[in-house]
Amino acid sequence: MKRGMAPEWLTSYAVAYMIFLYAPVILMPMFAFNDATVIAFPLSGFTTRWLEVLWSSDALHSAVWNSTIVAIVTALASTFLGACAARASARYRFPAQRGIIGFTMLPLVLPEIIVAVALIVMLMQLGMSLSLWTVVAGHVLICTPFSIAILSSAFASLDQSLEEASFDLGESRWGTFRRLTLPLVMPGVISSLLICFTISLDEFIIAFFLTGTDATLPVYIWSQLRFPTKLPSVMALGTVLLVLSIGLLVLAEWFRRRAARRQGLDASSSKGML
Amino acid sequence: MGWGLSREDRQGLTLIGLPFGYALIMLAAPLVMVVTFSFWTQNYLDIDRTLTLENYKAVFSQPIYQTVLWRSLRISLIVTIVTVILAFPIAYYLSFYVKKNKALWLFLITVPFWTSYLLRVFLWKVILGYNGVLNTALLQAGIIDEPLTIILYNANAVVLTLAHAWAPFAILPIFVALEKIDRSLLEAAEDLGDSPFRRFWRVTFPLAIPGVVAATLIVLIPTVGDFITPKLVGGTDGLMVANMIQIQFGKANNAPLGAALAVTSMVFVAIISIGIYFVGRKIGGKVAR
Repeated sequence: MKRGMAPEWLTSYAVAYMIFLYAPVILMPMFAFNDATVIAFPLSGFTTRWLEVLWSSDALHSAVWNSTIVAIVTALASTFLGACAARASARYRFPAQRGIIGFTMLPLVLPEIIVAVALIVMLMQLGMSLSLWTVVAGHVLICTPFSIAILSSAFASLDQSLEEASFDLGESRWGTFRRLTLPLVMPGVISSLLICFTISLDEFIIAFFLTGTDATLPVYIWSQLRFPTKLPSVMALGTVLLVLSIGLLVLAEWFRRRAARRQGLDASSSKGML
Repeated sequence: MGWGLSREDRQGLTLIGLPFGYALIMLAAPLVMVVTFSFWTQNYLDIDRTLTLENYKAVFSQPIYQTVLWRSLRISLIVTIVTVILAFPIAYYLSFYVKKNKALWLFLITVPFWTSYLLRVFLWKVILGYNGVLNTALLQAGIIDEPLTIILYNANAVVLTLAHAWAPFAILPIFVALEKIDRSLLEAAEDLGDSPFRRFWRVTFPLAIPGVVAATLIVLIPTVGDFITPKLVGGTDGLMVANMIQIQFGKANNAPLGAALAVTSMVFVAIISIGIYFVGRKIGGKVAR
């Protein structure tokens, strides 16, 4: 069987597809540094003034602050819940296991608008007021499945005999967890923290429905999109966010590979990511 | 050993208790409430808790809701089909022809997905607009004489933008299914005289069906509930059910009707998804062991 080169049309298609994928991503920095108030071609010269605008906007700063807090709390809480679930599914057998884990993963396949509507109806009924904490509650719900997916492979490839050896050598349960299990799954935990942080930072629909008077970053961006004069600085903001997200993802991927290597798996395999 | 459970069982259940409890309180309970809520009515700010089918009657009789529901389902189905068809060759290319750096390719495919969703959608508006990037380029190349207007503020724009937004979610499951195919099966098909074309349709494609079904569901379900894309690039005849739900919860001040719309669209999506799953099971190939 000939399994050498791809047919020419397939290679060209792959290139064209990547251009399609990257078209908006490449345009954003172009407009961010373009010296014009209109978002259109032809470009008219290089400027950093849109970046400078970002420094002087108080509304933006409080949105960044709000989003950072929400994303950090979300990342910590979802990774904790995700670790509990991943550990339970990898190490233990209990009744209705598949059903219980499946239900916990459900937010992954529910449209966000349904999650948002469901949560807002409950909060209305309980008479609770909307705040950043209600946004966190929603974000933890949708981030936990991602955390479970990432941590499952970390916990599943953990060799159980290591823990048994540790018990046999007289280490307590907590000591075993702290000194053996945790270091081994740590790269997975960090990867999960970074992914959840990134998801929460970019999530719009739930934040839009559940936020009170404090806007998160995407809610702020949404409000800015209505004003044509604000658009170049929104592009600049998007570019900054893009660089940050890619940085966080590269970091997450690096930790994931390190985890895989530590446990003797093929580091370049795509298992953990999927 | 209380409740007839082993020590092992109880440890596992204690551990899963937290995440499962969270999902019960924050998801199951709210979902039950939404369903109940959809049978109530709202008069300005007062909620009337008598159970009634009024909202569902409105959803199924008023033309506007009918139009929006059908449009959402139609657009989502088209988006799903387009996205999966566009994604399949890429997944195939990655699985069969990329030897080194598969992880790098996968990473490159997911990068655009991690940039702000709002801004990605907005940039499609910039690309597709009347004075947009695409029209400028086509005009300068002399391919068209005046700017195209059929590409923004309609269902086409929504389909294109969503096909872009969900691309990695379609590629990854198909890629995983293709990776799982035992390459010796393909060699066997070739040795037995199948042409590459026949080999693809009789061996590769049937075995990739589980991935295609997963991709279809992963794209279809959230797409029905998308809210940003129709609002930014859809114009008035591209508005979908999520926009209608948001209006009911916001300006229209009729949250129970919004809940009824949400429940109705979820039921439709669930029925379609189950249908797709079973069709996939039926036509998908299996390797006998």
